[in-house]
Amino acid sequence: MTDGPGELRARLEKTGYLVDDGLAIACFLALKLHRPIFCEGDAGTGKTALASALAQVQGAPLIRLQCYEGIDASQALYDWDFPRQLLHLRAAEAVGVTDAGRLESELYSRRFLIARPLLQALETQPSVLLVDEVDRADDEFEAFLLELLSEYSVTVPELGTLRAASPPVVVLTSNRTREVHDALKRRCLYHWFDHPGFERELAIVRRRQPQVTERLAAQVTAVVQTLRTQDLLKPPGVAETIDWAEALDALGATELDAELAVATLGSVLKYREDADRARSLDLSAILAARGA
Amino acid sequence: MPAVPEVDATAVLVGFARALRAAGVAAGPDRVQTFLGALELLGSEVRSDVYWAGRLTLCGSQDDLERYDRVFAAYFAQHPHPGERARPAPAPKPVPRPVAAQAGTSPERDEEDAVAQPAAALASSAEVLRHRDMAELNAAERAQLRRLLAAFSLSGEPRRTPRLRPARRGGVDPRRTVRELLHRGGEPARLRYRAPATKPRRVVLLLDVSGSMDPYADALLRFAHAAAHGSSSRTPTEVFTIGTRLTRVTREMTHRDPDAALAAVASAVPDWSGGTRLGEMLRGFLDRWGQRGTARGAVVVVLSDGWERGDPALLAAQMRRLHRLAHRVVWANPRKARPGYEPLAAGMAAALPSVDAFVEGHSLGALERLAAVVRGASDA
Repeated sequence: MTDGPGELRARLEKTGYLVDDGLAIACFLALKLHRPIFCEGDAGTGKTALASALAQVQGAPLIRLQCYEGIDASQALYDWDFPRQLLHLRAAEAVGVTDAGRLESELYSRRFLIARPLLQALETQPSVLLVDEVDRADDEFEAFLLELLSEYSVTVPELGTLRAASPPVVVLTSNRTREVHDALKRRCLYHWFDHPGFERELAIVRRRQPQVTERLAAQVTAVVQTLRTQDLLKPPGVAETIDWAEALDALGATELDAELAVATLGSVLKYREDADRARSLDLSAILAARGA
Repeated sequence: MPAVPEVDATAVLVGFARALRAAGVAAGPDRVQTFLGALELLGSEVRSDVYWAGRLTLCGSQDDLERYDRVFAAYFAQHPHPGERARPAPAPKPVPRPVAAQAGTSPERDEEDAVAQPAAALASSAEVLRHRDMAELNAAERAQLRRLLAAFSLSGEPRRTPRLRPARRGGVDPRRTVRELLHRGGEPARLRYRAPATKPRRVVLLLDVSGSMDPYADALLRFAHAAAHGSSSRTPTEVFTIGTRLTRVTREMTHRDPDAALAAVASAVPDWSGGTRLGEMLRGFLDRWGQRGTARGAVVVVLSDGWERGDPALLAAQMRRLHRLAHRVVWANPRKARPGYEPLAAGMAAALPSVDAFVEGHSLGALERLAAVVRGASDA
C-alpha cells in the first residue's frame, strides 16, 4: 500500500496516468477510507481511464459495469443458472435422489449462481470496480447500488449474505445527463474532472503516444486547447487529443500544418457545425504561435 | 502551518462546514464526519490539503464547487490557521442576491390577503375562470386560479423501456418459469411471460420569465410547480427559467408547498422581468443540459411569447438542434389566443419550423390542453 498521496501519484504516473493534486488526494482517500470516487466531468477527461490506472497500481483486475437504462440486479449483481439447475434436477431424479431438502439446498447453492460484475467485484480480492455512466441507469438501480456500496455486501435470499472480505476500490463515473441521487453521492468522494492545461495535456499525450514527435504533440495539444475555447457543441476531451496525435502519427506526420489539420479534424470534432467553425479559424496562426 | 491542538482545529473546520451550508452546499453531518476523517488521514494542515479534502467530501455537484471556492477563500481568510484559538465562526457571507430577485412574486403578496371566497362559489365559477386570460384576472380570481393550478399534473407520453416486467402475454420469462418448474420438482408448469414496461417520457419546462411575460409568470410558475409534483417520481419534470440568464429551478421546485417553492425560485432566479435572449438561453440549456441527456427523448415545453431581443437566426439554429434531440417540442404562447394574433415576433417566426405543437398558454383551459398535448394527444 502507499503511504501518502504523493507516492500514490508517482505510482499512478508510472502507469501513464497523470493526476493533479486533487485527484491524487481523492485516490488516496478512496483507498484508505474505502469510499467510492464519484467522477463527474465532460466526456474524454479521463474518468474511465482512472479506474484502469488504479487497477494497474493495485495490481488488481478491473471489473467493469456499464450502466444503461433498465439495468437490474440480474444483469449487474447475480443470476441463477436456470438451465443447469434443471439439468441437475433431472440428473438427481435419474439416480433416484429422494431427499427433497438436500436437493433444494443443492439447487440454490453457490455452484449455480452466476456472478455478474458487482458480485464478482465483491468476491475478487483485491479488485477495482468501475461503475461506468451511472447517470444512465434509473433510480431503482441507484437505490440498489447505494445498499451495495455502503455495506460491500449482497444478500441473496436463498444463500444469505455474501460479504467482501476487503472492499473493492470503486470508481463511479457520470456524464451528468441527469442528477444522481444525493444519497448515493454522499457515500462517495466527489471529484470534478476539468480539461487539463496545456503543459499537463502535453505531458499526457507524450506519455500515451511516446512515438509521436515532441513537436507534433505540442502542436496538436495547442490546437485542441484553442478549439476548447471556441464555442463548440462538443469541446474535444483529452481522449480526442490522444486520438488525433495517434492518427497523425499513423499518417507518418512529424509536424502539423493547417492543411493536414483540416484533413484530420474528424479525429477531434464530431459535429459538422464544429468542424465548420474550426475550418474558419486561422489554424496556421495557432500553429505558428506554438511553432517552437 | 504550525501543528495545533486538535479540538480547536475541529471547531474551525466544523465552522467552515456551517459556512458552506449557509451558502447552499448540502454538507450534512455525515459529510462533515468524512471530511474530518479525511483530514486526520492526511495528517496535514496544509492549505491545499484542507481544500481538497473538503472539496472531495463536502461537495456533491459541479454547482457546489463554485460556492465551495468562494466560501473557502472567505472563511480561511478570516481563519488563517485552522487551529487558532476559538473564535466563533463568522456570520457566513450570504449568497449575493440581486435586489430585483423578489420582483416577480412580491406584487402578488398583497392580493393574497384580499381573498376569502366561500367554497360553494368556487365550483361554479371555475368553469368561467377556465377560459379567462390569466393576465386579466382580479385578486380573488387569481387566488382561485392558484388553487386550481395546484391540482394539475403533467406527464409525458408513455414509451417502452428496456426493463421487462411480468405480464400476461409477451416473451417467456425464463427466470420465473424455471423457478416455478424447480418448485414443482421439474414437472412442466405454467409458462410465465414478461413484456417491456412503459414509462412516461421526461418533461422539460423552459419558462420565460422576461418582462413581457410578467402577467403570466406567477401562474405559469405555479403550473410548473404542480407539474413537477404531479409527475411520477421516476421521471421528474425538469424546470428551467429563461430570461437574460438560464437558471435550473428543478431543485427549488421540490418544496411541497407552492408558496415556499416560488419563494425559493424567486431568490434563485436573478433575472426577473429583464429582456429575453431566447436563442442564447436555449444554447446554454442545450450545451449544459440538453445535449448531455436532459432533452434526449424528452417532451420539451417552451412557455414563452417568443419575444426575442437577440438574433432570430441563432434562435432558429438552436431550435433545430433542440428538435433533433427531443422527442417532441411544444411551444405554449400566452399571446396566441389574442384576437388577430400572428406569429410575427421575429423569435416566434424563427422558432416555429422546429416546433411540433404550437398551443395557447393564457388560461387554465389552455394549460389543460397543453397537458393533454404533452401526454401525447394529437397536437393543436
